[in-house]
Amino acid sequence: MERPLTQHIRPDREPLTLREYEQVGGYQAARRALQAAPREVTEQVLKSNLRGRGGGGFLTGQKWSLVPPDDHNGPKYLVINADEMEPGTMKDRWLLEGQPHQLLEGVLLSAYAIQARVAYIFLRWDYKLAARRLQQALAEAYGQRLLGANILGTPFSLDVHVHTSAGRYMCGEETGLLNALEGRRPTPRSRPPFAVTCGLWGRPTAINNVETLCCVPHIVQRGGEWFRALSRSPDDGGTKIYGASGRLRKPGLWELPLGTTAREILMEHAGGLADGYRFRGLLPGGASTDFLVEQHLDVKLDFASVEKAGSRLGTGTMVVLDDRTCPVGLVLNLMQFFARESCGWCTPCREGLPWLARTLQALEDGAGTSADLDVLDAHVRAIRPGHTFCALAPGAMEPLGSALKYFRPDFERHVADRRCPWRAG
Amino acid sequence: MITIYIENQPYAVEADDRNLLAVCLSLGFDLPYFCWHPALHSVGACRQCAVKLFKDEHDRQGRLIMACMTPVKDGLRISLQDPEAVAFRAGVIEWLMVNHPHDCPVCDEGGECHLQDMTVMTGHVHRRYRFTKRTHRNQELGPFLHHEMNRCIQCYRCVRFYRDYAGGRDFDVLGWHDDVYFGRHTDGVLENEFSGNLVEVCPTGVFTDKTMKRHPVRKWDLQTAPSVCVHCSLGCNTLAGERYGTLRRILARYHQSVNGYFLCDRGRYGYEFVNSPRRIRQPVVRGADGAQQAASPAAAMARAAGIIAGGRVIGIGSPRGSLEGNYALQQLVGPDRFFHGVSDRELGLVRLMLAIERQGPAPLASLREAGESDAIFVLGEDVTNTAPMLALAVRQAVGHKATALAAQKRIHPWESLAVRDAAQQAKGFCFIASADQTKLDDIAAAMYRGTPDDLVRLGFAVAHALDASAPGVSDLSPDMASLARRVANGLLAGQRPLVVSGTGLASAALLQAAANVAWALTKAGRPAKLCFAVPECNSVGTALFEGGGLESALAALRQGAADTVIILENDLYRHLPAAVAAELLAAPHVVVLDHLATATTAAAEVVLPAATFAEGSGTLVNNEGRAQRFFQVYVPDGDIRESWRWLAELMAAAGRAPAEPWPNLDAILAALSAAVPVFEGLREVAPLAEFRMDGQKIPRQPLRYSGRTALTGNRDVHEPKPSDDVDTPLAFSMEGQPGHPPPALISRYWAPGWNSVQALNKFQQEVGGPLQGETAGRRLLATASASAPAPAYFTAVPPAFVARAGAWLFIPAYYIFGSEPLSLQAAGVAQRVPRPYVQVNDSDAERQGWVEGQEVAVVIGDAVQRLSVRRSAHLPSGVAALPAGLSGRPWLPLPGWGTISSEAPAVLIMGRSDRFFPGAERVNVPKATGTVTGSAPEETIMRIAAEPPPPPVGGASSPASPRAPEVPP
Repeated sequence: MERPLTQHIRPDREPLTLREYEQVGGYQAARRALQAAPREVTEQVLKSNLRGRGGGGFLTGQKWSLVPPDDHNGPKYLVINADEMEPGTMKDRWLLEGQPHQLLEGVLLSAYAIQARVAYIFLRWDYKLAARRLQQALAEAYGQRLLGANILGTPFSLDVHVHTSAGRYMCGEETGLLNALEGRRPTPRSRPPFAVTCGLWGRPTAINNVETLCCVPHIVQRGGEWFRALSRSPDDGGTKIYGASGRLRKPGLWELPLGTTAREILMEHAGGLADGYRFRGLLPGGASTDFLVEQHLDVKLDFASVEKAGSRLGTGTMVVLDDRTCPVGLVLNLMQFFARESCGWCTPCREGLPWLARTLQALEDGAGTSADLDVLDAHVRAIRPGHTFCALAPGAMEPLGSALKYFRPDFERHVADRRCPWRAG
Repeated sequence: MITIYIENQPYAVEADDRNLLAVCLSLGFDLPYFCWHPALHSVGACRQCAVKLFKDEHDRQGRLIMACMTPVKDGLRISLQDPEAVAFRAGVIEWLMVNHPHDCPVCDEGGECHLQDMTVMTGHVHRRYRFTKRTHRNQELGPFLHHEMNRCIQCYRCVRFYRDYAGGRDFDVLGWHDDVYFGRHTDGVLENEFSGNLVEVCPTGVFTDKTMKRHPVRKWDLQTAPSVCVHCSLGCNTLAGERYGTLRRILARYHQSVNGYFLCDRGRYGYEFVNSPRRIRQPVVRGADGAQQAASPAAAMARAAGIIAGGRVIGIGSPRGSLEGNYALQQLVGPDRFFHGVSDRELGLVRLMLAIERQGPAPLASLREAGESDAIFVLGEDVTNTAPMLALAVRQAVGHKATALAAQKRIHPWESLAVRDAAQQAKGFCFIASADQTKLDDIAAAMYRGTPDDLVRLGFAVAHALDASAPGVSDLSPDMASLARRVANGLLAGQRPLVVSGTGLASAALLQAAANVAWALTKAGRPAKLCFAVPECNSVGTALFEGGGLESALAALRQGAADTVIILENDLYRHLPAAVAAELLAAPHVVVLDHLATATTAAAEVVLPAATFAEGSGTLVNNEGRAQRFFQVYVPDGDIRESWRWLAELMAAAGRAPAEPWPNLDAILAALSAAVPVFEGLREVAPLAEFRMDGQKIPRQPLRYSGRTALTGNRDVHEPKPSDDVDTPLAFSMEGQPGHPPPALISRYWAPGWNSVQALNKFQQEVGGPLQGETAGRRLLATASASAPAPAYFTAVPPAFVARAGAWLFIPAYYIFGSEPLSLQAAGVAQRVPRPYVQVNDSDAERQGWVEGQEVAVVIGDAVQRLSVRRSAHLPSGVAALPAGLSGRPWLPLPGWGTISSEAPAVLIMGRSDRFFPGAERVNVPKATGTVTGSAPEETIMRIAAEPPPPPVGGASSPASPRAPEVPP
């Protein structure tokens, strides 16, 4: 089984130096691609069926094709979304810390594909180690003329900046990210216009996730067809870094073919649930995805299959719920996170989420009523994509709505017993 | 036209750049909203205007969309009544109510609250939220705005108005999630000149009128009438409200071509002069002992008539008085004995402006046209402080660049977030040439600082750069020449260029230079417009009368051609040096008609209490020549009446009655429009008194006006008969037809379900467009035709400024709060008045060894003032600036030359202040000590501004005895 993204990452995550990276084939793709037309990078990526790994699952090559190639009225930008704040998700951190040059090569290739001369790596505030290692790698790359003016003697120039976020979930929403980068409040932007035509500083901008860009050197080096064939799902190319957290024997991250089933990840790679715990459900791709339960364990974790099962692949890093953890408490924990991270721009999110968090807290505290369940249901019905300004609040409804669907008796017991059944006493 | 379907009914609508919310409202649908505002456009934050969108007639499912974020297109199919949409809109209110306090009964917004209206509109009645509400600390924001953040529903309109629309920087949105806060980073006075609009922009009671809070009244208890602002020359339309005989507040009255939705803070808060303890409410006559005493109207009239009958009378008019008042005075004294109440210099400037307009081809711009221009040259006028709403218009004008850029990316102009994201900082061309920094500098493409003469020279040079046949400027430095070329290119790049100037620097050459620029632009094929700020609210209207200025009046007096002076609504000490004013007032007989006790009324033999804009009706002409009617709001106590009524009575009493009597306003309007050709259209400015709707008058009081039978119950248990209004179609009553009167007569905005100012939507032809019915007001000046023969350029180019050793060129620095006399009498405005100072350039101060705050003696003519030094990095060298018009300071002929010395003068002369203001005493400075310690004089001035002296009993009978002079150690 091939693991192109992570095979060279050391167990202690001590990053490869530029020389070490080049010894394992690093920057060969870049050297080759810069001799060819920018469009050829995009062509390979299109062939690879690479989909965005940040959660949206948009075809990367298609996104790049939407960046107008003939717009020469000003600069174009590549923005790397490294603001990994989705609860339960730490896959990009692995890549950033373990092999920063792989990302930089991906940045170079992607910027070349869309002819961006400036790239910003928008990095999560907490990722201090990643920031140091990125800066180190940047210094090395600039030193070897792999970045900067006239890269490798070609006419192409690229400057890469690391911008450390101030640390808000909304900064990871791509338009909130753009506002944050421009020095504004990270409230989302209205769409249309889309970033590919009107993004950073009003200019065409491609925004890609770290894992996505880390795939690009391998696609360019070994071909889109090869990358696509790594996957077990026809529509999605490549491998995916899956993760699992919760009461598991071996929680962790694994680079696996896209389309690996949840059961395989849980049982084979994570070693099954810890002793004394039983599986009840999982959030497949971070906090803002719907629960999958026992009946979904054999669903292929690719973008289309998970959606068919009623959830979203998201970031592909699952959070597992066991039988000794209160589902209401889990949803409460997430709701407090979402309520806190709401930017306060639109009403349903700003006012609705704190209300839900307080209602769930009341249920947990044994002060819930059946009318509270109606309040929860009403919010799930009302807060849907399009009803709010961005996807944060609808995302927050996904764990709540699916928990109400799959674990409703647990909610009702909180009301009937006037306490949380999982709490002692 | 395109067709859209609402509830499956077809509606033909214009295929234009509008959003669905604006279209639905224009079609008359009641669709609730908060974050959208017709002037601020759409941001999609509140999610209140949700409607159901269907793909086609077979689509039964549909999906919710926000109307404000949806462009209209042919075949669009929506439902407002769809159950899911109805439930969602009620749900949005329920969310907003999570944290909104239930304090309507004690909230100043109650009764005209958009949130109340929208709550009722959505049908939301029961709140399920059962947890604690979030609370905020409120801020002290200065004298104009009360802050109550707990009421906030986070619609973001305030911050969008304050920062994005008005350019303010000291107010922002702070915080996060459900703890979003709108305020300053710390308590403090909101600095922006348009902050008061937050009262109307805020959909609920977060920002309420603090001046009104000092004399609170429920909104439905106000008697209101359409009015026109008297605090600058722009003639913004206002709604004035009264209760219990005092004026309670001013709101913006929408006029599409003038002020749109907004007002400046001077216009909104200056009104309190009407309630001033300095008001003259009873006639005053001077007794045999030489003291002024209150008198009955009959006694005063008899006395005045006696004076007039026997005397050689001249009249001095008023640039802030109505056309009717000035005309009545002119008729009383005779046209050849009527003089304008301004200096010859000021009168000449306004007449020059009129001459420029007459010659064409660059017409005077309305405020709306100014706001629609796309390349602007501001030449020497600090419009933020002399004509504030013009500054707001200029700020909007530079924003068109952003919408134009966004349009290239197919972004609609109303998508305000997307426009900002796409256009970023892009601004239209605006060049500012000024003596000092201005509040518009932040939007300027470039600036030039110069002395008045150098500003003029730049203007001439720009005109020459535009058209080589315009006179050039000799010995122009290469820098100036290239700057002029740059300005010329910037203006040529526009399709609707505008040249802004004014009378602030009292320079005829400046107006001529501005005219040359505009004319050169028209010659280059650009439809250029001009916009001049002039001194007062009726400067243009009165300048249309024949006659000279105050110097001519003085000459008549000196020649013995007159022994009696009748002065209309004017304080001569604000127009003349104190000695000259005193000479005029030393005429054997002086009769004054005015609202407020001034040094001029103190010198009168007879004082007649004149109505302000709130107590009488009349006509004003703004800076673009637009005549507009203001309507009496209420019947005042005491003997106050319109100046023209006093004068008409006086004419009758003195045996000089006009051929046709003037029983009412229409009669004097008829006489005036027949007598002076330019006033021919005056009777069309607003409907005449006989106008009726459904046979009824239009009520000044709303249907919910309460306490009618009890208002005067302390005096008489009988309900008084409402006063008749013979002058206008409005009634001092609740009775009448309250519907939708013609725009000139709109007393309030109200429609069923719409109690807030947002009811305005229902009065417009379409949302954001003109009002239904004939436009209020009428432009008197013939609009110059673009095809008019090119006028001859002005050629008098002044030489470059040369600094004089030992002397300074003093120029006026205008203040929105401080330079206009009436608003100075408003307590709120008085708190914002700057302390007197003299400002000089940093390097000049350095040379003189003056530090910031140091006291110096400023001598201009015979006026000596002790002022503290302020340093400026902007003011040209050799020039010193003095704040203009501050109360208690002598009038000075600025710009003018004078000296500044660190040595103490022998005597500190306070100009007119020692004549009238009892609080400002003459301070004798002993020669021996040489310096005055402390800043006692300034503090004295500030005290005067903040606490006016007690009301003059029956007028300004006798100045209070001065306190012992403060003699420094």
